[in-house]
Formats: sequence, structure tokens, C-alpha cells
Amino acid sequence: MTTAAEIAARAERDDIRKRWLLSTPALVIIFLAGIGPLLVVVLYSFLTPGPYGDVKWEFSTDAWVGVFLQRDIFDDTLGIADAHLSIFLRSVRLSFATTILTLLFGFPTAYFIATRPERTQALWLFVITIPFWTNLLIRTFAVQEVIRNEGILNTALIWLGVTSTPIQILYTDWAIGIGMVYVYLPLMVLPLYASMEKLDFRLVEAGYDLYATRFQVLRRIIIPLVKPGIIAGSILVFIPSLGAYVTPRVLGGGKQMMLGNLIELQFGAGRNWPLGAALALTLTVIVTVALLFYVRYAAHSEQRHG
Amino acid sequence: MKRRLTIAAMTAALLATTGLARAEGELNIFNWGNYTAPDLIKKFEETYKVKVTVTDYDSNDTALGKIRQGGHGYDIVVPSASYVQIWVEEGLLLESNPNQMENFKNVDPRWVDVEFDPGRKYTVPWQWGSTGVSVDTAVYKGDINTSAIFLDPPPELAGKINVVPEMADVMHLAIRYMGGEPCTGDKEVLKKVRDKLVEAKTKWISMNYGNIEAMAKGDYAATVNWNGASLRMRDAKSSIHYGYPKEGYPLWMDNAAILKDAKNVENAKLFLNFVMAPENAALISNFAKYANGIMGSEKFMPPEMATAPEIVTPAEFSDKGKFMLRCAPEVQEIYTKIWTEVQK
Repeated sequence: MTTAAEIAARAERDDIRKRWLLSTPALVIIFLAGIGPLLVVVLYSFLTPGPYGDVKWEFSTDAWVGVFLQRDIFDDTLGIADAHLSIFLRSVRLSFATTILTLLFGFPTAYFIATRPERTQALWLFVITIPFWTNLLIRTFAVQEVIRNEGILNTALIWLGVTSTPIQILYTDWAIGIGMVYVYLPLMVLPLYASMEKLDFRLVEAGYDLYATRFQVLRRIIIPLVKPGIIAGSILVFIPSLGAYVTPRVLGGGKQMMLGNLIELQFGAGRNWPLGAALALTLTVIVTVALLFYVRYAAHSEQRHG
Repeated sequence: MKRRLTIAAMTAALLATTGLARAEGELNIFNWGNYTAPDLIKKFEETYKVKVTVTDYDSNDTALGKIRQGGHGYDIVVPSASYVQIWVEEGLLLESNPNQMENFKNVDPRWVDVEFDPGRKYTVPWQWGSTGVSVDTAVYKGDINTSAIFLDPPPELAGKINVVPEMADVMHLAIRYMGGEPCTGDKEVLKKVRDKLVEAKTKWISMNYGNIEAMAKGDYAATVNWNGASLRMRDAKSSIHYGYPKEGYPLWMDNAAILKDAKNVENAKLFLNFVMAPENAALISNFAKYANGIMGSEKFMPPEMATAPEIVTPAEFSDKGKFMLRCAPEVQEIYTKIWTEVQK
């Protein structure tokens, strides 16, 4: 005789087993597509570079030392790898600038869309997503076509008499800024819109009724309520910007490396795969730290607003 | 379940045997993308009644990686000069002795005793070219046959120069300009090279590929460039000319070879002999716009190509070109560091 409790316990065990069984496909995919390749990268970063690319199966920490320190080529002194450091800093700086600029342009855009009648909102969103239909590289070359010396923008400026000689925009930091903001703006607008759409505009009206100025309404009502959207949008822009290299290369002229270029160099002409792997992992660590920071920050602000 | 597996296995086996049965008249070529002239293949198929399949790759590393893994089924591969030694040392190529073949007499003597395959025991020339400078002579009237165009730019060109982001080519040009040999590990020379590159870079506008349009539209007035690309620039704007740096410039050559585990060795040998015939080599060049290294092939090219200074190196500069070979790993490491420092 089995008691009811035993039957219940067995049913529960079966249930748990079934759940594990059913989630196997998901676990296999996560391992094969996510964790597995990452482990290969970690493994390679601890090996010795092969003579013609590839790796030799000998343990070495040279790659990791090489990320941060380097022996001077000419006087053999060991110092900080300032070339790597300045390339890292450039990428981080560019990502910050892109995030702030897309926020400045994306916020009013999202607000504009969220305050349209419901039927036209869908149309505006549709317009925002149109650029995604075209490949990134092609969009970048299109921007190049607009801002080049004999491009549409300069031709128009000369025709209008604003300037007599073309303004050099292409291959400057301005060009990189324009390109990055253009490419990443939709990634900022969409999450911002998602949280603004849920905004209860009666609260805004209440604010005005209580004699709040426009700026006070923005700062004390709208921004706190759409904060999750701001954070999500910033992350969506910041992380891919860190690895961006097509846009800086094509529009900025590629005279200065970005992190992506530096990593590519190690796997290509540089023939130093372990260093490339270690650099790529360093980038992953930066992104992870940024995400952890976000999670803590988000949890913190949620507590405050209850 | 089990029965279904058996059926699948039988089908696979059947397919495999029919594959083998057909293999008599086949040839599988593994070549760079957009590089194998379709009319060349058609002519070979019709002459020898062989079915040819061409598969593309996009870099030497891709090709090497795929062949190393084995089980590829290719017969012919076309590696660059700088990689041929790696292929030979790793035992991937068949010593097919093209130098004993009937059409070998057509190979330009200049390309017989090459450093990467002395006497041509493994490979035959496919196409070759050089890296030099393209200059808009409407902007700069002086001598363009020098690396000073981008390393010590004249004032007319400063701020309008592009350099292709190819470490091997640019390092080769800069080292030869400072009086060194390609792949040198001489620290004194390399220090001068580093300082020169860092200084010169302030006068460059960009380091980009895809510069044909940018030159034609006047974004650049000069660029480090490949000879075939420069020919296309001159087609777009007649004042753009190609300079062969007299201090020394790099050459590249892609070479057809038979793989050691090729299944259709006889057909592959026929093919190597076939591409050494001038009328066939010309088909390759007419398609991809680079020189081929087979004497007499220019008679089968359109006249504007057969006489183009971009394709036919002027005699006074022909001995200044040296092949880009692979450098020793420790030298390569220094070059990577210099290259990173230049672009930091």
C-alpha cells in the first residue's frame, strides 16, 4: 500500500524530471550557442600563438599580460600598454557620447510619438524602424555620400551661400558622431516610447494644475516615470557602440583604431589569436560590469519609488 | 526510428557511390571569389570533357583553415605568395612539377625562380600585382614614383592622402623607404620606420579601403593602392596615375597548385598546363584585370589593357618590386606593435 503522501511525492519527482527534460533543448542551445564558444575564447586566451595564426597548445599568460603591459619594442622596458589603453578609452568615450546624444535626440522624438493620437503612433513607429530594413554598411556609406565634400549637404550649403568652400565633415570626429547617432537612434527611441506610452498623462496635467513649471513637470514627473526606458535605451546603445567599428572606420577615416579594429588585427595580420581573445574578453568584462551596475541601480531606484 | 536511420544510411551510401562513379571527369577548384574567369572554365570543360566546379574563398586564412581540416574534396587551390611556403611546409600541396609540363616554356623567366617556390615545383602563376601610390596629377605635378608621396608628402598633397589599412603592404613600403629589407628585425631601421609613420600620419586624411570612388570624386588626391585598382581609377578620372615607388615596393602573386589529397590529379595537372597557355592566361587577366606572368598573353588582351602602365611595369622600376613573404613570428609581433602604436 502506498500512502497518499508517497504518491504525491512521486508525482512531484516526476514533474521535476519532466520539467528538466522539457527544458533540455533550451539548455543545449544556451550551452552550444552561448557558453560553449565563450569557453573556447577563454581557453584560447591562455594558449601560445601559433606561427601562422591559430594557437599552439601550450599554456601561457602572455596574452593577458599583453593586454595591460607591454615590453617597449626598442628599449625593452616594461610599461603600461598605453596604445591598448588609449584605444579602450577612445571606444568607451565614443560610446558615452553616442549614448548621451541619442538620449538628447531620442527623448523628444519618443515624447512626440507617445503624444500623437493612437492611430498615427503606429505610423510614426513604422517610420522610425525603416532604417533597419537596410544593411548597416549601406546606411553608413549613404551618410558618407551626404556629408562628403562634393556631397548633398555641402552642395546645398554652397548653393545657399552659407559657405563658399566645402566644409570638411567627412573623416572628422563630427562625421563619426553623426553616423553613430543616426545608426543607434532607433535603439534609444523604441524603449523610450515603450515606457512613455504607459505614462499616465493625467499626472502631467495634475502637475500643471499645481502650478509646476514645464521644466519641473519634466524633471519631477516625466523623467522619473520613464526612467526604466531611459536606462534600457542607454544600455541598448552603449553596448553595441563599444564594439562598433564599421561606422568609425568608414566615416572617421579609420586613422585611429577602435577596440573592434584592435581585436580584428590580432586575428588577421597580427597573427596573435590569444591576445585577440584576451582583448575580446576584456571588452566582455567591461560590458558585464556596466550591466551589473545597471541592475543594482535599477533595483535601487525601484525601492525608492516603491 | 531505427528503420528510418537505416534507410537514411543506405541513401547516403548510394549517393556516395554515384559520386565516386562520376568522379572520372571532374575537377574541383577552390579559388578567391570573383577571380576565376567563367569563359576559361567553359573552354577547359569543352576541351577536356571535364566537369569543373568552382568554390570561392575570401582570404588566405579561410582557405588554409578549411584545407587543414581535411575532407574538402578540392583539387586546385590558389594561395598568395606569402602563404605558399606555409602550404608547402604543412604538407598540403602535391609536388606536381609544373616545370616539366609542356606549356611551362611560356612562364616569364622572372617568375620561375621565385623565393616562395624555387624552380616552380608546386605552383604556376595565376595573377600578380604590386602595391604603390595613385596620385591625381592635376593636384601634384612632381615625381610620383616614390613612397615620399605618403611618407614625406609634398605640401600640395598634405591632408588629402589616404593609406590602405593593410599592415603588410604599408610596413613593406615604409621599411624599404627607410633603407631596410622586407621582414627585417633590425631595431634601428624599425625605430625610424615607426617615427616616420607616426609623423606622416598627421598628414593623412584617412586609412580606408574602397578608395576608387573617393579618388574620382576628389576626397583624396593620393592614396596607397594596388595597381589594378589604380587602373580602374584612371578609367574614372584620367589625371590619376600609378607610381611605382623607386625606394622599393611589394609584389603579390597568387599561384595555382594541386592539393596533396586531390582526387582528380590528372585533370588538375591538365588544368595547370592549360592556364600556362598564353591565350588562356589572357582570359584570366581580361576577367580580373591583373597581369598573369605568362609571356605572349598580352596579344590576347584588349589593347588598352596590354599597354597600361599599371599592368606593364616600366623597365626602370621592374627590379624594385619584391615579394611580400611571411615574416618570422617575433618580427611580426614587432610590426603589429608598431602598427597599433601608429593608430592608437
